[in-house]
Amino acid sequence: MLRKLFSFHGGVKPAPHKDQSTLAPIASVPLPERLVIPLHQSVGGHPRPLVQPGERVFKGQRIGGADGSLSSAVHASTSGLVRDIVPAVMPHTSGLTTLSVVIEPDGEDRWGELDRVNFRSTPPDELRDFLRDAGIVGLGGAVFPSHLKLKPGKEGSLQTLVINGAECEPFITCDDMLMRERAGDMLKGIIAMRHMLQAREVLIGIEDNKPQAIAAVQSAIAASGETGIEAVAIPTRYPAGGAKQLIRVLTGIEVPHGRRSTDFGVQCFNVGTAYSIFEALERGRPLISRIVTVAGNVDAPRNYEVLIGTPMDHVVRLAGARAGTDRYIMGGPMMGARMPAFDVPVVKATNCILVGSPALFPPPPPEMPCIRCGECAKACPADLAPFEMYWHSRAKNFGKAQEYHLFDCIECGCCSFVCPSHIPLVDYFRFSKSEIWAREREKEAADTARDRFEFKNFRQEREKQEKAEKLAAKAAATREKVGADGSAAAASSSTAPAKPSGDDAKRALIEAAMEKARQQKAQIQPKNTDAANPAVQAEIAAIEARRQVSATNPTDAPPDGPPSSGA
Amino acid sequence: MLTAILIMTGIALVLGAVLGFASIKFKVEGDPLVDQIDAILPQTQCGQCGFPGCRPYATAIAGGEAEINQCPPGGEEGIRKLADLLGREFKPLSEEHGVEKPKSVAVIDEATCIGCTLCIQACPVDAIVGAAKQMHTIIAADCTGCELCLAPCPVDCISMEPIAETVDTWKWRYPVFAIKQTA
Repeated sequence: MLRKLFSFHGGVKPAPHKDQSTLAPIASVPLPERLVIPLHQSVGGHPRPLVQPGERVFKGQRIGGADGSLSSAVHASTSGLVRDIVPAVMPHTSGLTTLSVVIEPDGEDRWGELDRVNFRSTPPDELRDFLRDAGIVGLGGAVFPSHLKLKPGKEGSLQTLVINGAECEPFITCDDMLMRERAGDMLKGIIAMRHMLQAREVLIGIEDNKPQAIAAVQSAIAASGETGIEAVAIPTRYPAGGAKQLIRVLTGIEVPHGRRSTDFGVQCFNVGTAYSIFEALERGRPLISRIVTVAGNVDAPRNYEVLIGTPMDHVVRLAGARAGTDRYIMGGPMMGARMPAFDVPVVKATNCILVGSPALFPPPPPEMPCIRCGECAKACPADLAPFEMYWHSRAKNFGKAQEYHLFDCIECGCCSFVCPSHIPLVDYFRFSKSEIWAREREKEAADTARDRFEFKNFRQEREKQEKAEKLAAKAAATREKVGADGSAAAASSSTAPAKPSGDDAKRALIEAAMEKARQQKAQIQPKNTDAANPAVQAEIAAIEARRQVSATNPTDAPPDGPPSSGA
Repeated sequence: MLTAILIMTGIALVLGAVLGFASIKFKVEGDPLVDQIDAILPQTQCGQCGFPGCRPYATAIAGGEAEINQCPPGGEEGIRKLADLLGREFKPLSEEHGVEKPKSVAVIDEATCIGCTLCIQACPVDAIVGAAKQMHTIIAADCTGCELCLAPCPVDCISMEPIAETVDTWKWRYPVFAIKQTA
């Protein structure tokens, strides 16, 4: 059946450089001396370490637990000893460190206990938790936790499940080799995903420069006897492997700004993710290795099955790095990121280690002024106007850049590729994006601080008021008590009204306080006179008696007299 | 002549009524300019500007009682934004109010803390937890780095530590090209 294909705007055709690395089958890599496994490898939270230094771990043992729902677990790639849990340089342009588990392999490569899951008889929620704990993330490069994407839309089903085998970026062939060699197992993973998403059809998009992969997948589909799964050859044009671009090519749906493909009944996964889901469900093996292309300035470009955490230079050594190597690039030449060191570990996002040299990737020519030729807009697969965003990013006018939908930029590098002035447009866009994110974080922090400050002021006011109220209530209670006593006394001594007026109440209050003080005073016996001789004691007693008389006389007078007011 | 006067009076009355109604119905509570200024200020509530908090300073700026260059945490960028908003000239940060420092959080040396609660009372955003004679600690995520807790501490156990850059907060640098000498 010939399917009608659609086309996306723009795109470029860089030299593919894919032939050499597909000559030999996927090879395995001998165990390195040590594995450095970063705990934070996927989009979302930072997993917590679940092991201690000095602990023995099995292959596939969980060493990092998912931190919240937007996170994914991390596992030991081989059996061995946990040497350390320290911050180590991560494969990221910044060269910053992240908490990593350093494992010294024991050479036995022994698996722990493996749980298999039958996806047909397990409830979807449990399946998703299982995949989260198996560390399954998108292997196309975005490393988004897959369990979050494996939810059917509101209707409970999905129209199309798109499987991305386009692999459009030059040099990279890991998905190609995976499809050639493991199409059957990958298909089982796809069937599980289809079941979870309740997708009506599955389209596997593969660029037409991979005829062997297409044939392998097609024969696997035929062998499985499944209906509604189709491997579709799509025209080779970069970036056909972008999720939105592939969806556009296969289904004709253009996902608009601010919407998700699931709103239109489409979800997209990478072929590598499908294979790792198969491994997790049917073999119980978590994501501990992936296929990595080693290409560029090496003698024998090839694909390797690499354990997560293996140092990059350990893998490159097998392919034989040539003289002049000055950098490793993780990913391809269009979107890849330069690594801060040669020994950074392979992570789940590493689809390719591109070995660079000044001869292979000469330093970019100096940036010339933009001549507004519009080539970048013609090449942009996201239908943006890169030259406008460039102006505003360059002027650090971020609000304006955002108005031109900066955040719809997929950083594919087409604009920089075609720019006749050699302007690194994507660098400007990345700069703008990270500045905008930083500002948003700052704004959020400022808003929180304002709320907390206002609440503190409110709380202090409230406490003051509560204290005042409490005092007032206490005073009222005392007044009432004294008032009751005083009125009883007044009723017995005179014909004054039962309820004393303000002055009376005040006087009664004062009297009560004085009475209380008197009682307290009477209770206190001077302690330093105990040891005095009888003569001195008699003298003290006489003085006390005199004081008693003089003190009681004036205070006795007022109750005898009539109340001054209240008549 | 009379008709014209009547018509004009009629229009005046109708418009007056509409305006009067609008001024009651669409009355703006508070000063919107203060809100706009307050949104630019960093909300550290540090009082370095000489006012007890960011909002009082915003009110003072709006009232023309304060300069726009008295906020060290907001830094040069904040002054530029204020200058833009208010149509005033940019001025460098006033030195008597302090200097711009990297964003920091307070850290309590828990071994030295005697649990006096003075810092808790000083913190403008309630970012310190603790009780009398119990160890205190700082909620780093809510600390604005205002340094108001440093002075009241009788044992000087609070220090300011700059926030380290992580992968989540790392920013791409502005593209810069070195000019090479070719000759």
